[in-house]
Amino acid sequence: MIVEAGQLALTFAFALSLLLAIIPLYGSFVANQRMLLLAKPLALGQFLFCLLAMLALIYAFRTNDFTVVNVAQNSSSTLPWYYQITASFGSHEGSMLLWVLMLAGWTALVAQFSKALPLLLLGRILGILGVICVGFIAFSLFMSNPFERSLPFFPVEGRDLNPLLQDFGMIMHPPTLYMGYVGFAVAFAFAIAALMGGRFDSVWARWVRPWALAAWLFLTLGIMLGSWWAYNELGWGGWWFWDPVENASFMPWLAGTALIHSLAVTEKRGTFKSWTVLLALAAFALSLVGAFLVRSGVLVSVHSFATDPGRGMYLLVFLLLMVGGSLLLYGMRMNSVRSQARYQLFSREMMLWGNNIFLLTACLIVFLGTLFPLFHKELGLGSISIGEPFFNQMFYYLTIPFALMLGLGPWVRWKQQQFTPLVKPLGLVFVAALILALGVLASMQSVQANLALLGMLLGAWVGVSALAEVMLRMRQFGSVTQGLTKLNASHYGMTLAHIGFAVLVIGVAMTKTYTEERDVRMQEGDTATLAGYQFTLVDVYDLDGANYGGQAAELDVRKDGRYVTHLHAEKRFYRIQRTIMTEAAVHARLSRDLYVSLGEELPGNAWALRIQVKPFVRWIWLGGLLMSLGALLALADKRYRRKMPPATKQEVANA
Amino acid sequence: MQPRRQKRLFAIVLVIGLLTGAVAAMLYALQQNIDLFYTPSQLVDGLGESKIKPQVGQRLRIGGMVVEGSVKRDPDSLKVSFDLVDTGPLVTVIYEGILPDLFREGQGIVAQGVLQDATTIKASEVLAKHDEEYMPPEVADALKGIKHVPPSQQPVSGSYE
Repeated sequence: MIVEAGQLALTFAFALSLLLAIIPLYGSFVANQRMLLLAKPLALGQFLFCLLAMLALIYAFRTNDFTVVNVAQNSSSTLPWYYQITASFGSHEGSMLLWVLMLAGWTALVAQFSKALPLLLLGRILGILGVICVGFIAFSLFMSNPFERSLPFFPVEGRDLNPLLQDFGMIMHPPTLYMGYVGFAVAFAFAIAALMGGRFDSVWARWVRPWALAAWLFLTLGIMLGSWWAYNELGWGGWWFWDPVENASFMPWLAGTALIHSLAVTEKRGTFKSWTVLLALAAFALSLVGAFLVRSGVLVSVHSFATDPGRGMYLLVFLLLMVGGSLLLYGMRMNSVRSQARYQLFSREMMLWGNNIFLLTACLIVFLGTLFPLFHKELGLGSISIGEPFFNQMFYYLTIPFALMLGLGPWVRWKQQQFTPLVKPLGLVFVAALILALGVLASMQSVQANLALLGMLLGAWVGVSALAEVMLRMRQFGSVTQGLTKLNASHYGMTLAHIGFAVLVIGVAMTKTYTEERDVRMQEGDTATLAGYQFTLVDVYDLDGANYGGQAAELDVRKDGRYVTHLHAEKRFYRIQRTIMTEAAVHARLSRDLYVSLGEELPGNAWALRIQVKPFVRWIWLGGLLMSLGALLALADKRYRRKMPPATKQEVANA
Repeated sequence: MQPRRQKRLFAIVLVIGLLTGAVAAMLYALQQNIDLFYTPSQLVDGLGESKIKPQVGQRLRIGGMVVEGSVKRDPDSLKVSFDLVDTGPLVTVIYEGILPDLFREGQGIVAQGVLQDATTIKASEVLAKHDEEYMPPEVADALKGIKHVPPSQQPVSGSYE
């Protein structure tokens, strides 16, 4: 019954999204206030019914209703209760429902928290979000129904959740990632609504900024969690694989990063308007590209869902309609928009413009590298794969000028900046960064001309520069303590996010350079030495978990004879899915991770083990976390909650 | 020219220059990093209409089914060798390291490595997807008509029960 109710709720949500897509938009053209006023209740109602549908699906999973195909294929009665809940979005169908719920959630949030927006604009924004909702709810309802029953024949036990997804990271990763993906739909809707009205100004940019920031925050967090999950759960110590699906999330992130920077220019200086709008369109379009790549099965990846050409075709058509329609509107409207502001070559505008160029080049690289194999195959040139070295090499070349510029950017004034006043402070920053980088490396006795040195230098340059800049700004208000409260929250947010980038760069460079890895054959009692650590295999014994069996290995780690830690690595065999999973043992410290994974059993009572020492690998996720925190701080800025000055309100209402 | 126009021209030239440079570098790097995919019979007979065979030392990917009983391990190290097959000839893969969790005889795998001689590949990486029914799509294409028996339907011989 509950399952049918869920289906019904989703159908109601579909009906409401149709109304939302039609009534307010129509009302905005015939200037009918009552139609426009309908947008908010429709958006809220749509979210409510999507939520009910999701709850019904979770109920089906919790009650082990194996008559539902989705439950039978992705859950089992032996699955722990929290994974039964997360299994509800572990499959293609369930994750699509989660996606829809997130989209409806963002729509409801816009409806709820946009009191300052003129009715006309809000109606259009919600209407456009409604159009997107129609597309996705219809997809969920007609192409991938999560509530489908297999009556009258149904299994007595489910096929269990893919063991890879039985992990804490998996509880968090998809919802945050989807929040990010779908969040860019809001910026997209703002852009389209503004295109319809033909009005772009600083006020518009100030309205979009918090939404774009919030979406970016979730996307950053989601990608970071995904990387952390892969590290823990894939069992081999990798944290980024340039896998097509990772790339699919990375592309909107790069475009979104460019967007939040470009929005800063549009808000503060009223320029870069057409560029900002294009980025808002691109960020969401790339999210759609990602959804298409992951769900159509055109690319083979560890992440990809079951392939279905029909679903792929639907998403492709939807993507083309959205992109084509928005670009058409953009082309029709945008040539009338002119930016008036003037600025010199050395100015913050130009620095941010450079930032955008680098980010979009990075986006283009990922796009080419991800889709090139597809084109190659379709052209009949044979199947190929683009190796990791391609991406690594390209990002190596891009990161150097990008980081150098990032250290400089926040110091540069709007409009125009003289070189001379910057020479002294930046010189000091440079010297401090040099000392810091060399000092840290010297303390590890590893000063060499290598990637680690480069990464340390760049990271220290960006980090020290960001800190020094914020200190200087505080001092401009008198003393540091006085300045502490005077600076905008968004300024601190920027500083924190830039420090996050510095931490990330250091983490990547150090991990890439100094990771030591050995595959060893060990019997009980054997000791293997790596990077000064002695790993002793103490014991290997059989496991008996709730829904898995397998083996576990116990290791003692010593350094210079002193006991460091005890490690427990598992190799699980999930009985229902009949798959083997490596549960690596990780001992984490800020300066290094010890990572041991248990491989196969070898003849002669021995085991294959992979032992890794990975310096600074935590910094990669710490960097991502700091960036998200920076976005959160920026969101807390008071100016996004300020009431509109009456004059501007009038101005926009006339638009 | 007015300074404003001059500035704009400079900016445009800069963008075009950067873009050209970036695209050129990208295409060069792309070319260096393309790994063609072969099945064992393609490796032996050549790929495509013109029957191009890979050269010794070339980086490539090979995908096929692991031949039953062909997995040979070195007793003292992690060296392992096994044969791959699709529809005809066998190709030997040698590898040192830990095989993926889902590596089993009779299962489809993909190996990334360097061609050592006409039918031997020294693999740097062996991939098996986390799905027991998995077969590389290219192998599935090549195997059309030949029945693949998933491990779940084979007699169980592992130590995991």
